[in-house]
Amino acid sequence: MVELTLPRDSKVKAGKRYKAAKKTKTTRTYKIYRFDPDSGENPRWDTYEVDSADHGPMLLDSLIHIKNNVDSTLAFRRSCREGICGSCAMNIGGRNTLACTKGHDEFKGDITIAPLPHMPVVKDLIPDLSGFYNQYASIEPWLESKTPDPEQERLQTPANRDKLDGLYECILCACCSTSCPSYWWNQDKYLGPAALLQAYRWLADSRDENTTARLEALEDPFKLYRCHTIMNCAQVCPKGLNPAKAIAEIKKMMPAKG
Amino acid sequence: MSQTPSQLPRRPLSPHLQIWRWHITMFSSIMHRVTGSASVAGAILIAAWLVALAMGREAYTCFLTLASSPLGLLVWFGLSLAGFVHLTGGLRHLIWDTGTGFEPKKADQIALWTMILGVVLTLAFWAVLFATGKVTLS
Repeated sequence: MVELTLPRDSKVKAGKRYKAAKKTKTTRTYKIYRFDPDSGENPRWDTYEVDSADHGPMLLDSLIHIKNNVDSTLAFRRSCREGICGSCAMNIGGRNTLACTKGHDEFKGDITIAPLPHMPVVKDLIPDLSGFYNQYASIEPWLESKTPDPEQERLQTPANRDKLDGLYECILCACCSTSCPSYWWNQDKYLGPAALLQAYRWLADSRDENTTARLEALEDPFKLYRCHTIMNCAQVCPKGLNPAKAIAEIKKMMPAKG
Repeated sequence: MSQTPSQLPRRPLSPHLQIWRWHITMFSSIMHRVTGSASVAGAILIAAWLVALAMGREAYTCFLTLASSPLGLLVWFGLSLAGFVHLTGGLRHLIWDTGTGFEPKKADQIALWTMILGVVLTLAFWAVLFATGKVTLS
């Protein structure tokens, strides 16, 4: 349901300010969303002044520097530090992206860092993505075939293989789904851009023989058709993929499914 | 053992509209919704126009006086703007229905141009109305 404001217990209050010992030309200010589940208090914005000369070029470097040197209580997910695991997806400067592939020099002025939008927050920058993963599972992201297993792998022409480009690269970071206002208001019923991109990834696969059933499962006022082409998904995808186009391709397949 | 809701840790909702930095495509999408709703209000006004006509000379004169007052003209201008912007936004959806125009840069351009075209069509519509003397500022 559309709720433009945050619930009372989610309103973000002013927090602490960690001042830099000495301000220089390279000092950057980060306004970071903090939530401590043990305190019983509302979330808050803490401000950290950090000299960017003291750490690497990416926002993830800034966060790790803060955790190591300024405030060890700051919690965030990270793993691969090269844009392939999707763990450090968060909202930076008002848009979802991966902290590890976004440079702090791509922003002017203070940089606001918050968890992925409109999600339940476990702690600080860590959202609960269980619902998101369940939606991915619901589209049955595996090859379904009615023909008996061949002796060797199932072959595909290079042209058919090309149809999977721009689809298989998704790392399930949830940047797109949590950027989508339709997903914000209806994430209990609308599958969201990431799950739908993956649904199309299997619809577009020449080896998959379950197309009709897959389309029937998606034909629903909410699951698929809550996409109103707002385009935030394609605008923010850190891998440059286009869920909006994939969703349009699914919609185009619907009349022909019989 | 499963937890009852009261035992589950509290999970606040992360900020969304409060922090989001809009793309033009998000703006044009919500404008499509807003102008569509305004067009419904416009349809009701036009229905009221016909009802006034059916009610006789007195009611119709009263409606025309209100409708041609400066405030009335401003309302019609706003409704025509909503109609034209919704029309060009609808054309954008027709383009998308063919599966093209989804690249973010192209989508930005289409969003910008549908809005410019909507405003230009509205201004042209009123220029014709004034030039032909159908509408005058009395």
